[in-house]
Amino acid sequence: MSTQPFISFHNVHKTFRDARAGRVVRAIEDISLDMARGEFVTVIGPSGCGKTTLLNMLAGFERPSGGRVLLEGEMIDGPGADRGVVFQEYALFPWLTLRQNVEYGPQERGVPASLVRELTDRTLAMVRLVGAETRYPHELSGGMRQRAAIARVLVNDPKILLMDEPFAALDAQTRARLQREVARLWLETRKTVFFVTHSVEEAVLLADRVIAMTANPGRLKADVRIDLPRPRDPTSAPFNEHRRTLERLLTDEIAADGMAAASV
Amino acid sequence: MTQSSLSEPVPITAAGTNIKRLDDGAPSRIGRLARRVALPAAILIAWEFVTAAGLVSSASLPSPLTVAIAWWEWIFGPRQALAWYSGTWAAYVLMSLERVAAGFAIASVTGIALGVLIGWYRAVEDFCDGTINFLRAVPMTAWVPFAVFIFGIHESAAIFLIAFGSFFPIVVNAAAGARQTPRILIRAARMLGTPPRKLLLRVVLPAALPAIFTGLRVGLGLAWVLVIVAEMLAVQGGLGYALWSAYQFSRLDLILAAIASVGGLGLASDRLISLLAHRVLRWQHGSTGQ
Repeated sequence: MSTQPFISFHNVHKTFRDARAGRVVRAIEDISLDMARGEFVTVIGPSGCGKTTLLNMLAGFERPSGGRVLLEGEMIDGPGADRGVVFQEYALFPWLTLRQNVEYGPQERGVPASLVRELTDRTLAMVRLVGAETRYPHELSGGMRQRAAIARVLVNDPKILLMDEPFAALDAQTRARLQREVARLWLETRKTVFFVTHSVEEAVLLADRVIAMTANPGRLKADVRIDLPRPRDPTSAPFNEHRRTLERLLTDEIAADGMAAASV
Repeated sequence: MTQSSLSEPVPITAAGTNIKRLDDGAPSRIGRLARRVALPAAILIAWEFVTAAGLVSSASLPSPLTVAIAWWEWIFGPRQALAWYSGTWAAYVLMSLERVAAGFAIASVTGIALGVLIGWYRAVEDFCDGTINFLRAVPMTAWVPFAVFIFGIHESAAIFLIAFGSFFPIVVNAAAGARQTPRILIRAARMLGTPPRKLLLRVVLPAALPAIFTGLRVGLGLAWVLVIVAEMLAVQGGLGYALWSAYQFSRLDLILAAIASVGGLGLASDRLISLLAHRVLRWQHGSTGQ
């Protein structure tokens, strides 16, 4: 066995030019981070801290301006089906039915039709969407759309699941239900998950590790291991201990940010 | 909002969105049908009254009945060597239909293909944009002398005019549709394993379909305008030819019959393309058509 980490960010920088303000924005500054296979990592931080940029670099949608992002020791070069992305806006193809959306990935990869059917059936059962297969995305509720979005990446059996604030647009009850589902799916599949959120509770509920980031420029602030047994009880004392710690970290961050903004 | 107004089939706008309208109470099916035929009936009655009462001379405005009789003869009358106005209706309708179909088919295929490419590839856009915008600014009728000069009094002149004219709304709408493909859908396709060269077919084309159908509808309307112009000036036979001949024979009854024919065909073809759009774009609508 090599000691090579499953995923690693090596001194990653990301700058981009803000055309309107006419200045260079440092979205990510010198981030180094390793993730083990099967780990559930959540990333929290104020908006503009670059957490989605980190996810986009893992997905291959964006390239680092400096440093390297590696998956199993290989440089990430563009998007691929080995890294499934779940977007906040679902991003299902509106012209395909739920079933066709799930079948899309295997079909694009040239999986034989009978196997596509089998994989799709199994995945739809896993996310509990059996019976809605012939509906189009706009005919589904937000919760069902996000399940479908999860199904269409799970069906590809990706090495890692990248989830970009997947439940931010859902109502509280649906969100809680989907959080439980994701926790269950993770226990079943033991996929590596990189999960971006701005909810501390969500981060503590789901993760093995919570990465907290600061904004302007985006840097790592804390890397907290959550060693609570699953399923987790958000009302328990240890849960709230973690939650308080992280919330304090973030509040400091937001206050500092506000002061910086006020002094400009 | 009442139940029945919601259960009515909702009209689909060009962009494919559903509109909900204010409605007064809950009109019955028959009530709505009555409202729909009220205006055409009123026009016919007023027209009959004006001519029957002698408010205008029958030479300057024929009565509805005169028009109907002329139309009847045009459709069912015996075919004679010099009487173009007898028994030629079906043949003329077919000629116009064929020209519209041929020109519109050429415009659709080329317009959709080029439009999607323009919307997706910046280089193609840079290459074509100026030319298309210049040509688009020329009123289509200005091309009639050119077409006749190049093609002569020949079928191809009419088809050229129709294809050329309806090409522009199709290409412009297809380009706009392709350009507005949501970036997130491109990313979704990429991360599901679609290689860049297949994005056009898998994502850009379906995303552009609503705009493409808008262009097709506008283009088809224009095709009918241009077939009439072409048949008046550039080719023999067809409804436009009938219109112009009727004018030269001072047959206002036949002019009106020809106008009604063109209107009916234009309406029917528009309904046809709406129906097609409704089927193809059913993923946009509330029901799945079960």
